[in-house]
Amino acid sequence: MSIDLSQFHQIFFEESFEGLDVMESQLLELQPQEVDAESVNTIFRAAHSIKGGAGTFGFMQVSEFTHVLETLLDEIRSGTRTMQRNYIDLFLQSVDCLRAMLGSIQAGSEPDMERAAALKTSFQDILKQSSSPGQEGDVPAETVAANAEDTAGNGDGDDAETGWRIIFRPSEDILQTGNEPFRMFRELQELVGTEHLTVIPVTENLPEFTSLHPENCYLSWILEVRSDISRDDIASVFEWVEDDCDIDYQPLSSAAVKEHTSDTGEAQTDTEQNSVVDDMAVVNAEPPAALVPEKVSEALSAAGTQKAKPAARAAKANEPSSIRVSIDKVDSLINMVGELVITQSMLGELGQDFDMSRLARLQEGLSQLEQNTRELQESVMKIRMMPISFAFSRFPRLVRDLGGQLSKQVNLVMLGENTELDKTVMEKIGDPLVHLVRNSLDHGLETTEQRLTAGKSGEGTITLNAYHQGGNIVIEVKDDGAGLNEERILNKARQKGLVPEAQELSSEEIHQLIFLPGFSTADVVSDISGRGVGMDVVRRNIAELNGSIEVKSTRGKGSTFIIRLPLTLAILDGQLVKVKDETYIFPLVSIVESIQLQKRSLNHVTGSQYVMKLRDEYIPIVRLDELFNLRSSDEEFESPMLVVVEGDNEKVGIVVDDLLGQQQVVIKSLEQNYQRVTGISGATILGDGTVALIIDVSDVGKNLDKSVKGQPRPGQAA
Amino acid sequence: MDAVATAVKNESGSTDEQQYLTFMMSDEEYGVDILAVQEIRGWEESTLIPNAPEYIRGVINLRGTIVPIMDLRIRFGLKRVEYSPVTVVIILKVDGDHGERVMGIVVDAVSDVYTISDASTRKPPELTEDRNSGFIKGLVNVNEKMVILLDVDDLLNISEDQHHSGVIDN
Repeated sequence: MSIDLSQFHQIFFEESFEGLDVMESQLLELQPQEVDAESVNTIFRAAHSIKGGAGTFGFMQVSEFTHVLETLLDEIRSGTRTMQRNYIDLFLQSVDCLRAMLGSIQAGSEPDMERAAALKTSFQDILKQSSSPGQEGDVPAETVAANAEDTAGNGDGDDAETGWRIIFRPSEDILQTGNEPFRMFRELQELVGTEHLTVIPVTENLPEFTSLHPENCYLSWILEVRSDISRDDIASVFEWVEDDCDIDYQPLSSAAVKEHTSDTGEAQTDTEQNSVVDDMAVVNAEPPAALVPEKVSEALSAAGTQKAKPAARAAKANEPSSIRVSIDKVDSLINMVGELVITQSMLGELGQDFDMSRLARLQEGLSQLEQNTRELQESVMKIRMMPISFAFSRFPRLVRDLGGQLSKQVNLVMLGENTELDKTVMEKIGDPLVHLVRNSLDHGLETTEQRLTAGKSGEGTITLNAYHQGGNIVIEVKDDGAGLNEERILNKARQKGLVPEAQELSSEEIHQLIFLPGFSTADVVSDISGRGVGMDVVRRNIAELNGSIEVKSTRGKGSTFIIRLPLTLAILDGQLVKVKDETYIFPLVSIVESIQLQKRSLNHVTGSQYVMKLRDEYIPIVRLDELFNLRSSDEEFESPMLVVVEGDNEKVGIVVDDLLGQQQVVIKSLEQNYQRVTGISGATILGDGTVALIIDVSDVGKNLDKSVKGQPRPGQAA
Repeated sequence: MDAVATAVKNESGSTDEQQYLTFMMSDEEYGVDILAVQEIRGWEESTLIPNAPEYIRGVINLRGTIVPIMDLRIRFGLKRVEYSPVTVVIILKVDGDHGERVMGIVVDAVSDVYTISDASTRKPPELTEDRNSGFIKGLVNVNEKMVILLDVDDLLNISEDQHHSGVIDN
């Protein structure tokens, strides 16, 4: 039976990436002096499942690399080697390397093996320096093989660490019970690693060909495991056949192993000749047949690489992403669906012979339905929610690395890690957060000396805090550094002409300046530059999520960046407007005010461009009907309304025909089946089943800029 | 879906035979690969998309998905007609660069389903430089009548020629 394994690839990748995250976070918590056995075990388990999975799916580069890593981990776990700081660094680098390898395999390309090879060498170097007695680290494991003649009765050593010799004599009818020795050997091989297992067949019981029964097993095997695996672990492999065979476990002494290794040359040629072994062939004939797991894995990896090459280089975007949902959430969903079904059947019954006397019950039923729907909506939204620790988890590593690089002592405090956030928002907030944390570390925190001079503790603190506030989630990035240098920021802004010379600004207004595009942070806040992204990019990213960012700073005490985000991207509060016969939706958050358009407060500037004086400001006016090419511009509006919106910190007045109601709308993608449309951020489905488009406020503002500069507006161009 | 599609193809015996759904426009019969057809619906009012090419009638709500509707007559430069009760929308589904794309095409009426072997299809004559000829996969004779087979992938790819269509529409 063949199973198409590729269907499980996605799950493997997801699990592996999760495993790598686990490894990373545990490694960061490890202190070389006091190694917590449980952490090492967790790291080991994660590495082991990645190795196992990679082996199963034929990603041999990954499994081979993980194996080396695992070997060292195993020595640490068993206490034969003590953890050292450089090991942790090496492990962390390996995690990065594995992540890159898996990433490229997932994308269908060949992983870059150079880095892996370099790390592998480092690991092997460490492994060679045996740090405790009883260890045979200096014997390259691959060359360990043994000769059949050597094996009998030689295992009386008392050093259990070096391995086991297993004499495995199955009963003749073992194959008839459906048990396959070959399969057990492979399992053992997976358990201990390819190069630690040697399998030697014993053929002395093989009868003459004429008396050979093809369904019987006449062979027995001697297996040598060179690993500190426990006897129970080995026994678990043979658990199923315990009653059908005769198994002898003999501990191997290190001396015995050394003896065997001297004979390797002969043994290897022996095994190579008989490497192509079918499990049936073992039973049928070919007396000196040896089962050589190494060969099997080589063949597998060869097949694996052949397969990988023609594999379509499918873009990562095509991979369906998935989320893990706690069973509680699913259960509560099922409960709610149950209630919905009850309400539905109640209403159905009511509708069958309805008369006015039952109106009250109908209304009651409808309100119940409304409640059910709302609850259901909320719980479905909750499924997309993930704790923010997923986004926070990368920071301990980042702070550790960067702190080392900048030689600053940093203490990272993370609060509110269980605050839940929509998965899509989470994915998009990662990069801006990284930027902010880097910024705080780089520019915010002073050097240790400066801190000590300022009378602060030498160790700086960066606090990440997340909490819910109203319908928003608030994320704070706080440092106890020097704070923003208001004078320098203001001077810089004046130099660049962003602020008029005479204008006085409050502290808050000055702080907001750092978010302006073209305001290079490099010159202002610190002299370290070359990162290429500014705070304006951070703000734009956050604005794309319908969120906002502000900064609070006290000189000498530190700065706090406060990000506010909507809980979900899937639903937004909308203001419905009418333009000609079409209904459009404005995001309610972007609307500053809605007013009746006063013809006399309109001023004509250049061509068809109007501005309106609104209190102290002149705001540009856009006619939505014109922009969307719904009617010619000389047509007069009937009872025009002006919706003043703010996008990208600029106010724009948008002329619509009428304001309709406000309602929550579910955002649907227009791009999925069509393409991006200027001025439109998405679509939604209204109560009557028709589609309404959602206005992209900042996009409308941008198009206005073009028309002011004399370029034709899209509305006029088409 | 793909797996199903290939399975069906394989079951039909020889792989060079394909089934086509045909429809009428201006007395011509056009065919599209039946495996790309998701469903057939009646015409319903759609929501305009601002500044879209003229042949994009707008978007409709197809059970919660936003699906653009293309008028094939306008796209092929044929005379426009008023939509009538028999006007149908064929919902097509293709695999694009960014996953599946679903789009509806408005045609005069649905005609028939034919099984056509690749061998019997002729290449379209390369007479015109017309951009519409790019949509034509081949010509085939069925019962002494010509059927124009359309390439659904090219047909639904609006992003490429959107640029010139804007000019042409003017």
